[in-house]
Amino acid sequence: MSILGTRVLRTEDPRFLTTGGVYTEDVVDDRLAGACHVFFVRSPLAHARINGIDVSATLSAPGVIAAYSGADLADLPAIPPMMSGLINAEMTRRLLAIDKVRYVGEPVAVVVTEHPYQGEDAIELVAIDYDPMPPVLGFELPADAPLLFEAAGTNVAGELGNESSLQPDLFDGCEVVVSRTIVNQRVAPAPMETRAAAAAWSTDGRLTAWIPNQGAQGTRAELAELLGLDQSQVRVITPDVGGAFGAKFGADPEHAVVAWVARRLGRPARWTETRYENLISMTHGRGQQHTITIGGSRDGDVRAYRLQIIQDAGSYPRIGAILPYLTIMMTTGPYDIPRAEAIAKSVVTTTTPVGAYRGAGRPEATAAIERAMDLFAAEIGVDPAQVRRKNLLPAFAQPHRTAFGALYDTGDYVAGLDKALEAAGYAQLRKEQADRRASRDVRQLGIGLSSYVEITGMGDGPESPPTENASVEVHPDGTATILTGTSPHGQGHATAWAMLASDELGIPVEKITLKWGDTDLIPEGGGTGGSRSLQQGGAAVQQASRELLEVARERAAASLEANQADLVFDRTRSAFAVAGDPEASVPLSDLAAAERLVVRTVFSAPGATFPFGTHVAVVEVDTETGKPTLLRMITVDDAGVVLNPLLAEGQRHGGIAQGAAQAFVEEVVYDADGNPLTASFADYPFLSATEVPSFELAEMQTPTTYNPLGVKGIGEAGTIGATPAVQNAVIDAVAHLGVRHIDMPATSRRVWQALREAAALSGSEDT
Amino acid sequence: MIPAPFDYVAAQSPEHALELLAEHGDDAKLLAGGHSLLPMMKLRLATPAVLIDIGRLSELAGITADDGELVIGATTRHADLAAAELARSQAPLLAHAAALVGDPQIRHRGTIGGSLSHADPAADLPMALLALGGRVELTGPDGVRTVSADDFFVGFFETVLRPQEMLTAVRVARKPGVPWGYQKFVRRANDWAIVGVAAVDGRVALANMGSRPLRATAAEQAMADGASAAEAAELAAEGTSPGEDIHADREYRAHLARVLTRRALEHQR
Ligand SMILES: Cc1cc2nc3c(=O)[nH]c(=O)nc-3n(C[C@H](O)[C@H](O)[C@H](O)COP(=O)(O)OP(=O)(O)OC[C@H]3O[C@@H](n4cnc5c(N)ncnc54)[C@H](O)[C@@H]3O)c2cc1C
Repeated sequence: MSILGTRVLRTEDPRFLTTGGVYTEDVVDDRLAGACHVFFVRSPLAHARINGIDVSATLSAPGVIAAYSGADLADLPAIPPMMSGLINAEMTRRLLAIDKVRYVGEPVAVVVTEHPYQGEDAIELVAIDYDPMPPVLGFELPADAPLLFEAAGTNVAGELGNESSLQPDLFDGCEVVVSRTIVNQRVAPAPMETRAAAAAWSTDGRLTAWIPNQGAQGTRAELAELLGLDQSQVRVITPDVGGAFGAKFGADPEHAVVAWVARRLGRPARWTETRYENLISMTHGRGQQHTITIGGSRDGDVRAYRLQIIQDAGSYPRIGAILPYLTIMMTTGPYDIPRAEAIAKSVVTTTTPVGAYRGAGRPEATAAIERAMDLFAAEIGVDPAQVRRKNLLPAFAQPHRTAFGALYDTGDYVAGLDKALEAAGYAQLRKEQADRRASRDVRQLGIGLSSYVEITGMGDGPESPPTENASVEVHPDGTATILTGTSPHGQGHATAWAMLASDELGIPVEKITLKWGDTDLIPEGGGTGGSRSLQQGGAAVQQASRELLEVARERAAASLEANQADLVFDRTRSAFAVAGDPEASVPLSDLAAAERLVVRTVFSAPGATFPFGTHVAVVEVDTETGKPTLLRMITVDDAGVVLNPLLAEGQRHGGIAQGAAQAFVEEVVYDADGNPLTASFADYPFLSATEVPSFELAEMQTPTTYNPLGVKGIGEAGTIGATPAVQNAVIDAVAHLGVRHIDMPATSRRVWQALREAAALSGSEDT
Repeated sequence: MIPAPFDYVAAQSPEHALELLAEHGDDAKLLAGGHSLLPMMKLRLATPAVLIDIGRLSELAGITADDGELVIGATTRHADLAAAELARSQAPLLAHAAALVGDPQIRHRGTIGGSLSHADPAADLPMALLALGGRVELTGPDGVRTVSADDFFVGFFETVLRPQEMLTAVRVARKPGVPWGYQKFVRRANDWAIVGVAAVDGRVALANMGSRPLRATAAEQAMADGASAAEAAELAAEGTSPGEDIHADREYRAHLARVLTRRALEHQR
C-alpha cells in the first residue's frame, strides 16, 4: 500500500518539541566566533530631511566599536525599486538613509558593539538633526501632497490602466448597480521569529550569511545586488525559520548592512531585531482600497463588475507596489461575469514598505468580489448562496481562460459551494438566524460565504513554466538524502518529501534526510512561497526518485547479469530482483556501495494551478456591545490530491485563523503624523486558539494535470477564503438592522458604530 | 527591548526590603512579579537605578482569615489567589478577578501587591478591591498604615504609596454567599479590559473609565434609592472621564460602561 495520502506524523516535530529549533540568533559556528553586534538607529519621524548626523558621542559609550551613517555607505549603488519597468525608476533607496527619511523605522545609522546588550544604550547617543516634513498618508493623496521622491515628480509609483481606460457603458442594461469603496487594511506579518542576520567573510573575499528567509538562492541574489557583489561571492545559509508569511523573501537593507559592517571591521557581525523594530520595519501586507461596482438583474444574474484599486505601497516600492497585478488577474474570481474590468494605481506614502503577505494580491481580489456579491445580493434581496450558485463558472474539464489572462487549470466551483453549504447545514443556520431576528435576540447570528479561486505555483508570469530541482541520493547504509530548492519554514517538507522518495524507493521515511537552504550545496531553487512547493519541489523529488530507479535498474541488471526488462523493483526490500526469482536480487544500498547512486533533476510544470473552494463563517454579534464572536468555520479547500492530510490540514488551520484575524482584529495603524500606533504586541493583535473554534474541514479533491502528483497549492487558501467569509458573516449578522458594510477589521467598536449609524438613519427615515 | 543599566538586590526579608528602600530612595523600585515593571523597563518608560526584589519573600505571600476579614499577602501570585479555596469562598469576586488576569504565565508571576501598586486603571485587581471596599496595609519606616481602596488610587499609575513604603498586605471583608457580578470587555481572552465592571453589595467599580479605577457613584446611589438594575446602569458613566485609544473612544467606553454595569447587576453569581 502506498504511503501517499496517509497521515504520516511530522518527522520535524520531535526536535522542535525537545531540543528546539536553531534559529539565526542561536547559530553557533566557528566562522562567527568573536562576532560584533549591529544595532540600527531608526527614524523617529515619518518624513524629514536629514541635516546632519553626529555619532561622536556614541563612540565613547561602553562596548562601542564603531558607528556608521549613510555617508559611509554612499559608494554602494542606490537600490532601484522592484520591477522598475512598471514602477517609477526614481523611487530608489539607500541601505541607510542619506538625505531624507520616509517612514518611522527607516534605518539611518548603525552602532556596532562588543555585546548585544550594549547597543540599545549606545544608539540613544547618536544625534541626528532632522528637518520635519509633512507626512503623506492614505490612498487618495491630495494633488498638493509633498513628494516623497522629488526626482520622481509624483507619488504615483505605477499604474495598470487608468480612469480614462474605463468603459463608460459597462453597466448598461443592468437593472441594479451597487457601488462602494472599501478598504483591505494594512497588516503586519508578525512572524514569531523576527528578522536577523549573521555574516562572516573568509580570506578569499567570500561572504557567508545566515539569514532567516524563504529561499536561500533568491536571498543570495538580492544580497549580492545590494552589496554590489557577484553572486558567486555570496553563500547564504538558512537556519530554522520561525515563520515568514511572504515577508522573508529576498534580502532587506538591514541584512546587507550587517554584511557590510562585517567586511568593514574584518570581523563577523550579527543582528537580531526587536519586536518593536519588526513591527515598524519588516514589510507590511495588504493595504489596498477598492472601489467595487457590480451590476445585474433583479433575479440575481451578475452582468458587469468593475474593480478600481489603489495600493498603498509604503515608502519604498517593493513587491507590494506590484501586487495589484495579481489582484487584477483574479478580478472575477470563480464567477462567470460577461463584462468586467479592473484598473490599479500604486502610491507611495510615508509608511513602512508593503510586501508580500500570505496570499499576496489574491486575498484582496477575493475580498473585493465577495463583498460585491453580498452587496448585490442584499440589494436585490436574494440569498447570497443563490446569487453565488447562479454566477459561478460551471465545472470545466479543459483549462478555462479568463478575460484577465488567467488560465484556470481544473475546477468545479459549484460542487465546492454545495459541499460547504451542506457541511455547514446552511438551511438550518438560516432558520436559526430568522428565529433570532424574529425574537430580537441580543445575540444575532451571521452567516458569511466566500467562494474563491486562487493562483498557486506561478512562475515568473502566469504562463512561464515554473520549475524546481531536486537531488536524491541513496547511501550504502540504506539511508537516503534529498536536496531541494524549496525552503520549508513550518510546512513539513522534511516529512512530505521523504514520503515521496520513500514511496518510490522503498526506504522508510525515518531513514531519509532532507537538506535545503545552503547555496553552496544547492545553488538553484525557487524557495517556498506562492504555495508552490509540493506541486513543483515535491514533483521534482518524485521525478528524481524515479530517474534514480532507472539508473539503479541499469546497474542492477549488470550486477545480476540479467535483462533490465526482467527486473522488478521490490519496494518492501528496496531492491531489484529478477522476476520469478526473488533470491536473485540486489538492494539499492549495495548498488550505492559499488558506485555513488545520486540523481539531480529539474521538474517543469506547464503553468500555475488554481485551487478553489468555499468558506462558510458563522458569527455571533452582541448587538449591545458590537462584539463579534466566531462560532463556526466550515471550509472546502480543494487543492487537488492531498499527499498528507495532517500537513494539508495544518496549512488550512493556520491560514483560516490568520485570515479570520484580519477580518476581526488585525490592522497596522498610523496617527495623523505618520507615527505607528501598533508597534508592540500589546497594541497589534492577532487571534489565539482561545478566540477561534475548531474548524470544520470538508474534503474535496479535484486533481490537476499539471504535475504527476495531481496537487495544487494549499498554503494560502486559508487567508484567501476565510477573511471575506468572516467579514461577510459579521455584516450579515446585523444586515437586518440596516447595515450594508463594515470595513475590516470588524472590531466591536466598528460594529457598534455601524449599528448606531444604521439606527440613526432608519430613525431619520421614520420621521 | 533591553532595559537601561540597573543594579539588582534580592531582599532577604521584608525588613531588609524596607532598609534598602530607605537607602536608595527614589532611585529604587520594588520588583515583585515583574510583569508590569519589566515591560516598562524594556520599553525604557521606567529606568530605575536599583531593583529591590521582594518576589521571593515567602513572608509576604499567602492568604489567611482574620475575624471578619481575609488577609492576602502582597506577593501572593494571581494564580494562587484564583485557586485558593479560602478566597473562592470568602471573596469570590477577588478570586474571579485574579483568574482573568492575562494568561497562565502572567498569573503565575504577577502578584496582587504589584498589581495594586502599579495602579493601572485598566487592571482587574484594583477594580475588584474597590468594589469590595477593601483596604491595603502600607509598611514604612514609621510602621504600618491602613488605607482604604477608595483612598489608595489617586491617578494614572499613581497611589498614595510613599517612596519608602511597601504594600505588605491586602484586607477584604469576608462575604461568603453575597452575590456579585463581574464583566470584563476584552478584544481577546488575555487582553486588558477595554472597560470592566465589578459589582457587589451595592457597590459598583469601573476599570478603564478614567485615570484610576472609579466607583459608579451615580448608579450606586440610584440603586440605594430603589432604582432597577437597568435604570441604575444608565447612570454608570456619569462622572467618568475615559481616555481614547485605538480600541475605543470616549463615547464607546461610556456606552460599554452602561451595558456592562447592567449585565453585572443582572447576572450575579
Ligand atoms: C501580557 C500581559 C497581560 C496582562 N494582562 C493583565 C490583565 O488582563 N489584567 C490585569 O489586571 N493585569 C494584567 N497584567 C499585569 C499583571 O497583572 C501584573 O502582574 C501586575 O500588574 C503587576 O504585578 P507584578 O507582581 O508583576 O508587579 P511588578 O511588575 O513587579 O511591579 C509593578 C509596580 O509595582 C511596584 N510594586 C510591586 N510590588 C510592590 C509592593 N509590594 N509594594 C509597593 N510597590 C510594589 C513595583 O515597584 C512596580 O512599580 C498583564 C501583564 C502582562 C505582561
